[in-house]
Amino acid sequence: MPNNELVEVLDLDQYKYDFRTDDKPVFRTEPGLSEDVVHAISAHKEEPEWMLEFRLKAYQLYLRKPMPTWGADLSDLENVLDQIYYYVRPQDRMKNSWEDVPDNIKTTFDKLGIPEAEQKVLAGVGAQYESEMVYHSLKKEWDEQGVIFDSIEDGLKNHPDIFRKYFASVIPPADNKFAALNSAVWSGGSFVYVPPGVHLDTPLQAYFRVNQERMGQFERTLIIIDEGAQAHYIEGCTAPVYSTESFHSGVIEIVVAKNARFRYTTIQNWSNNMYNLVTQRALVNERGTMEWLDGNLGSKATMKYPSCYLVGEEAHGSILSIAYAGDGQHQDTGGKVVHAASHTTSSIVSKSISKGTGRSSYRGLCKVYEGSTSARSNVECDALLINDTARTDTYPYIEIEEQSANVGHEATVSKIGDEQLFYLMSRGMSEEEAMALIVRGFIEPIAKQLPLEYAVELNRLIEIEMEGSVG
Amino acid sequence: MSDDAILTIEALKADVAAEELGILKALDLQVCKGEVHAIMGPNGSGKSTLAKVLMGHPGYRPTSGRALFDGSDLLAMEPHDRARAGMFLAFQYPVEVPGVSIANFLRTSMQSRLKEGDDLDLFDFQDLLLDRMKLLEMEPSFAERSVNDGFSGGEKKRNEILQMAVLKPKLVLMDETDSGLDIDALKVVASGVNTLRQEDPDMAIVLITHYQRILDYITPDVVHVMVDGRIVRSGGPEVALWLEEEGYASWREAEEQAAAI
Ligand SMILES: Nc1ncnc2c1ncn2[C@@H]1O[C@H](COP(=O)(O)OP(=O)(O)O)[C@@H](O)[C@H]1O
Ligand SMILES: [Mg+2]
Repeated sequence: MPNNELVEVLDLDQYKYDFRTDDKPVFRTEPGLSEDVVHAISAHKEEPEWMLEFRLKAYQLYLRKPMPTWGADLSDLENVLDQIYYYVRPQDRMKNSWEDVPDNIKTTFDKLGIPEAEQKVLAGVGAQYESEMVYHSLKKEWDEQGVIFDSIEDGLKNHPDIFRKYFASVIPPADNKFAALNSAVWSGGSFVYVPPGVHLDTPLQAYFRVNQERMGQFERTLIIIDEGAQAHYIEGCTAPVYSTESFHSGVIEIVVAKNARFRYTTIQNWSNNMYNLVTQRALVNERGTMEWLDGNLGSKATMKYPSCYLVGEEAHGSILSIAYAGDGQHQDTGGKVVHAASHTTSSIVSKSISKGTGRSSYRGLCKVYEGSTSARSNVECDALLINDTARTDTYPYIEIEEQSANVGHEATVSKIGDEQLFYLMSRGMSEEEAMALIVRGFIEPIAKQLPLEYAVELNRLIEIEMEGSVG
Repeated sequence: MSDDAILTIEALKADVAAEELGILKALDLQVCKGEVHAIMGPNGSGKSTLAKVLMGHPGYRPTSGRALFDGSDLLAMEPHDRARAGMFLAFQYPVEVPGVSIANFLRTSMQSRLKEGDDLDLFDFQDLLLDRMKLLEMEPSFAERSVNDGFSGGEKKRNEILQMAVLKPKLVLMDETDSGLDIDALKVVASGVNTLRQEDPDMAIVLITHYQRILDYITPDVVHVMVDGRIVRSGGPEVALWLEEEGYASWREAEEQAAAI
C-alpha cells in the first residue's frame, strides 16, 4: 500500500468549483498568504492539530521552493499570488451576478445547449444542481456497499483514520512548489474510498455531490480503491468554467491497491485568465490498473502531467490526454509513468491541438528503475496545428536503468493542409465545418473513451472553437 | 448555347496559384444534362488541373475565360458552394481523414447541404447509405472505416464512387477513377454509375481517363482528346478507339507541326 518513503525516493516532479447557499456570514481570509492565513483556514475548518501542523510545514516548504522555470511562462504569477484570496468559504464565492458573466461565455453556454439553471451554476451564480434525486438514490447504494464519497473536509472529519493513513502519501508537500502550496491552503475536493472487492458500475461524478464543497481554487482530492475494487470517477465538464479567480492549483492523489482497477476522467475548460497548475498522481500496486483520461481546454497556462507510479508487479498505468490551446493559451501537459516493479506496463497517448497563437507542449517522463525487469512502456504523442501561427513542442524524458525494459516513443506533428480541407469542402462542408471534422477525427481515439455526453459536448465545443478560425 | 447545358467552359486558361506555368490554354467544353463526356490525354496534359479548377482547388487559379455551372458563374463560387450546387469530383488521389468514419463524413457532408437549423434525418440517411453500399457491392462495415485511412488504391476509388452515389450530384467529374481498379471492381463501379444514371437521367459525367477500358462499360456521348492544356479533338466513341491504336504521340507531332507553321 502507499509508502511515503517510496514516493519520496521516486520523487521527480513538478504540475473550478461549486457553490451552495446558506445563511452563514461571509468568511474569507486576507488577500495574500501568510502563516496567519494558514492558521485561519485550519481554524475555520475546525481541523485536528495534525492537519494544522501539516499545513504550516507545507507553507514553509512552499516559501523555500523556487518557481519552476522549465514549463509554461509563470513570470506574472508572483503578482497574482500576492493578490488572491487563499480561502473563501465556498458559499461566499458566489458573488458573481449573471450580468457580470462575459457574453462570450454565455454564448458558448447557449451553443452547447446547456439549460439556463445549469449555466448559472457553471458561471458561479446559481446554487443547485438538478441531479439531487439521482444523487440520493446512488448515495444509498454506495452507503450499503461501504463506499465513501464525500467532500474532502467531511472525509477528514468523518473518516479520520483512513484519511490520515493515505493523505499526502502519494504526493507529499515537498513534491513541488505547487503541491506545497496546495498542502498549505487546500480546500474543497473529494474523498473517495471503495472497499475491497466492490465494483461500482455507475461512475462517481463530482457534480453529484450537490450542496457540498466541490472544486476549490486549491482543491484536494484523495481516492483509495482498495484490493480488487473497481471504480470510475468523473470530474469537470466541457463547458467553460467562468471564474473571477485566476489561479487554480489542485492536488489529486490516488491509491490503487492490489488487483484494483480505477479510471479518473476529467475534462476542464477554464476561462483564459487562469493559471492551472495541477499535480495528479496514482500509486498503483500489484496487478492494479490505473487509467487517467485527461482533457485540458482553455486557461492562460496549464501545467498538468497525470502520473502513474507503478510500484507493484504487473501494475498497469495508462494516460490518455487531450489538450486544446487557443489564442494566447499555453497547454504544457503530458504524463509520467514510473516503473518501479517487474512486469509493469504503461502507455501514454497524448493529443494536442493548437490554434492561432496557441501553444501546446507535450512533456512526458518515462522512468524505469533498475530491477523493474521486463517493464514495458509506449508513448505516442500527436500534435495538430490549425494554422501557421500555432506552435507545438515535445519534451520526452526517458530514463531507463533496466536492461530488460522495452520503451517505445513516437511523436507526430501534423497541420491541417489545403488538400485535406479541399477534399472535405468538395463534399459540401464549409471551411469551418471541414476543420472541425478533421479535429474531431484527430481526437477520436481519445474521445471515444469518454462518457457519451462528454464526447458530444467536446465535439460541439470544437465546432464552436473552429468558428472564426478561418481568416 | 444549349438550354440543356449543365457545364459551359469558354476559353478557360488556368495556372497553379503560385507560378506562371500556363497549364490550361484556352479550353472550351460544353456538357449537357445527361451526357457522358470522356476526356483522354497523356500524363501531364492538364486533365486533373481542369477537374481541380472546376471544383475550386485553392492551389490553382483561372487566369481568363469563364465557366458556367447550371447557369451560375462557377469560378466565383467557393468549393463547398459548388458541391452544394451539385458538382462532385471523384479524386484521382483521394485524401485520408483519420478518425472520421465514412458514415460520419457523409453524414456531415449531407448535413452541410441543408438549410441552417434543419437536421438530417438519421434513419433516412442510414437507409440511403446502406442502399448505396449494396448497389456498389460493399460490406456495411466499410462505412465504419476512417476515410481513406490505410485503404488500398481500389478501396479509395470505390469510396469516391460511394460518396457520389450518396450525394447524388448533377455533374460528376471522375478523375481516373478506373486506374487502380481491377477488372471486377471496374465492372461494379461502372454498373453502379450506370444505375445512378438511370435513377437520374439528367446526371452528367465528365470522365477523365487514360484508357479506353472503362468506356466499354460507361458509354461516352463525346470523347475529347486533351494535349498540353487544350482539347485537340472531339468526337464520338470512335475517337477513343482510334486513340487506343495510334497513341498520343501522333497528336503531339501534329500539334508541333501546327505550331511551327
Ligand atoms: N501544383 C502544381 N505545381 C506545379 N505544377 C503542377 C501542379 N499541378 C499540376 N502541375 C503541372 O501541370 C501539368 C498538368 O498536370 P495535371 O493536370 O496533373 O495532368 P494530368 O492529370 O493530365 O496528368 C503537369 O505538367 C504538371 O506537372
Ligand atoms: Mg491526373
